Amino acid sequence: MEGGGEDEMNKNVMCLLTDPDGTALGAPMYLPQNVGPLQLQQLVNKLLNNEEKLPYAFYISDHELVVELGSYLEKNKVSVEKVLRIVYQPQAVFRIRPVNRCSATISGHTEAVLSVVFSPDGRQLASGSGDTTVRLWDLNTQTPLHTCTGHKNWVLCIAWSPDCKHLVSGSKAGELQCWDPLTGKPSGNSLIGHKKWITGISWEPVHLKAPCRRFVSSSKDGDARIWDVSLRKCVMCLSGHTLAVTCVKWGGDGMIYTGSQDCTIKVWETSQGKLIRELKGHGHWVNSLALSTEYVLRTGAFDHTGKHYSSPEEMQEVAQQRYNKMKGNGPERLVSGSDDFTMILWEPAISKHPKARMTGHQQLVNHVYFSPDGQWVASASFDKSVKLWNGITGKFVAAFRGHVGPVYQISWSADSRLLLSGSKDSTLKVWDIRTQKLKQDLPGHADEVFAVDWSPDGEKVASGGRDRVLKLWM
Amino acid sequence: MKVFKWGLRRKRNPDGYNLLQRSPSPNWQNPKPYIFQFQKPYTDEKEGFSSFSAQNLHSSVAMPQGDYIELHRKRHGYRHDHFERKRKREARDVHKRSAFAQKALGIKGKMFAKKRYAEKALMKKTLAMHEESSTRRKVDDNVHEGAIPAYLLDRETTTRAKVLSNTIKQKRKEKAGKWEVPLPKVRPVAEDEMFRVIRSGKRKTKQWKRMVTKATFVGPAFTRKPPKYERFIRPSGLRFTKAHVTHPELKCTFNLEIIGVKKNPNGQMYTSLGVITKGTIIEVNVSELGLVTPAGKVVWGKYAQVTNNPENDGCINAVLLV
Repeated sequence: MEGGGEDEMNKNVMCLLTDPDGTALGAPMYLPQNVGPLQLQQLVNKLLNNEEKLPYAFYISDHELVVELGSYLEKNKVSVEKVLRIVYQPQAVFRIRPVNRCSATISGHTEAVLSVVFSPDGRQLASGSGDTTVRLWDLNTQTPLHTCTGHKNWVLCIAWSPDCKHLVSGSKAGELQCWDPLTGKPSGNSLIGHKKWITGISWEPVHLKAPCRRFVSSSKDGDARIWDVSLRKCVMCLSGHTLAVTCVKWGGDGMIYTGSQDCTIKVWETSQGKLIRELKGHGHWVNSLALSTEYVLRTGAFDHTGKHYSSPEEMQEVAQQRYNKMKGNGPERLVSGSDDFTMILWEPAISKHPKARMTGHQQLVNHVYFSPDGQWVASASFDKSVKLWNGITGKFVAAFRGHVGPVYQISWSADSRLLLSGSKDSTLKVWDIRTQKLKQDLPGHADEVFAVDWSPDGEKVASGGRDRVLKLWM
Repeated sequence: MKVFKWGLRRKRNPDGYNLLQRSPSPNWQNPKPYIFQFQKPYTDEKEGFSSFSAQNLHSSVAMPQGDYIELHRKRHGYRHDHFERKRKREARDVHKRSAFAQKALGIKGKMFAKKRYAEKALMKKTLAMHEESSTRRKVDDNVHEGAIPAYLLDRETTTRAKVLSNTIKQKRKEKAGKWEVPLPKVRPVAEDEMFRVIRSGKRKTKQWKRMVTKATFVGPAFTRKPPKYERFIRPSGLRFTKAHVTHPELKCTFNLEIIGVKKNPNGQMYTSLGVITKGTIIEVNVSELGLVTPAGKVVWGKYAQVTNNPENDGCINAVLLV
């Protein structure tokens, strides 16, 4: 790395490589202008002393660097006198292939399919429907496996425990039922306690306690209850909200976040069920919450390698490692999407004031989801668009337009490069984050698409909707 | 003719309880020891003449009529058959009411019927209330159809029509030339009703120009022919660009732009002129409805049939052909 600009052909630029949090990697150095992302990658790997070459993406003032430095500078007329800050972001080592065709259409439900969730290891698939059954599907043969009956009204939510041992479903009658996913039989009587329908279920992260025993459920009657599967009863009732609780999330640091129609988000601690914080800021119902570590909490100890662990302690250790790596040094971030067309980025562990307000949608925000690596936040809204925001600062990055009806749900691929959205107009669309364009259009459903999910191993996408069939895409 | 005198009337009740006179009761000479509850016996000497008689007037101070009856009952008790007669009378009452309700005519009958209906409604409500409390159910047991996910539950959405998979159907129908339309037959419009003759020329003798008297659609890129050569005049006051289109299943109306006139049942000439009368098939821009075909393509134009007479109403009302 020579200093000074002697050669006219090979001008040098003073650069400083920083990581997403802002800490600099080494001192500012001169780089020739013909370096591209590949060479920068090698440089970063060397400086970080990585044993294996990990892929990185580079951003200069939030624009991705895809060409040589020189052409980039010319295009954007960046001054060479100041030190150029290049932010590097680690990318997932594996790359998910975009899904492009419907591999199977499985019918079986007799009413609309309301929720579709893959198990954390990606081997099993469960769906809840308006015909009061939960069905388990075999992914290898793409046929129905088990039908779990027992609910009294529509099955609104289902959730897998992070160790794949339990499946819990909540219905419109306010009851929760725990199933054994291997046999499809209920593991006991239904858990009664809520007076109105269940709006959300979230399990305790496996790194806090293994094997998984507790989960929290939120309901329209305004309270959230913590249940224990082994004791088969409600251990705590978190009441405080005045209107329906629309979503609940169990955070990685042991706190429970509940968002409600009374425009507030409450943060609870789990040993005694006391309210820690109340986050006020929205002007209308809070529809959806997303945590930056959500994906890691959902998948627990499983990752793209598909390794299985035998003992719960091992699982807990591995999950703890994954969680720490994911979280990094910063606090856990929370994004809430609301009916007042805005989203707010919070750092609940630090303060109860909003960190950033993300405005721009023209209709209510129905679903917000952090990317698995925590760098991006995607929001689905009824104004037919999906917007992409920076996951750390909350700044707007891109809007994806293409749907002709309200967008209901979104799902990320495991490598955070692809985003899937399902909408009322019966199509699913896959968007590429790097190019910020539509990657693939997946039509085929005959009616509204209510639920989408991308399997954690990235191979399959499952979607269900009002036309009563479950579609698997590969 | 007998003259009616009030005095005659009074004779009928010789010892009657005459409210008009403050007459003492027949036994005032030997008053029974009765403690009249409502009036304290006067002991005040200031009250003069009434004081001495007050003590003797046990209960002969004028009372409301019912009180006399009560008094008698307290003293002598009820008749031996009183309760049976009361019960039977009440049982007969029901039939009497019903007979009255059936026989009463006119305003009397109406008023009675109204009162009776109000009583019936009240009775039904109390019965339902009693029935409800006997079975303790917390939640509605019925499983409704039309299941929606939790995030849509509290929202009121317009009831949707089934998915429209009709581009293929439309194409097939277009090829066949046959359409199933809501108004299969319309009144034919004669040419003299459709056109008005415009006289032109220096002596106003030339009559080859015609002016259209019905609503028309000309399209955004329309320019008139030079006035000297134009045979059919379409006045700008009768030109329309938008139509109020109703979706037959959703039962809601949208204000949509017209793309073109597909067919006017009165003739091919009128179709080419763009005349819109009742029964005309027009093509409207439905992109704001957000319809998608199964192949994933967005539908942006659909046919609709006009259901009113636009030249009389000033607007075009149409029903969408799904």
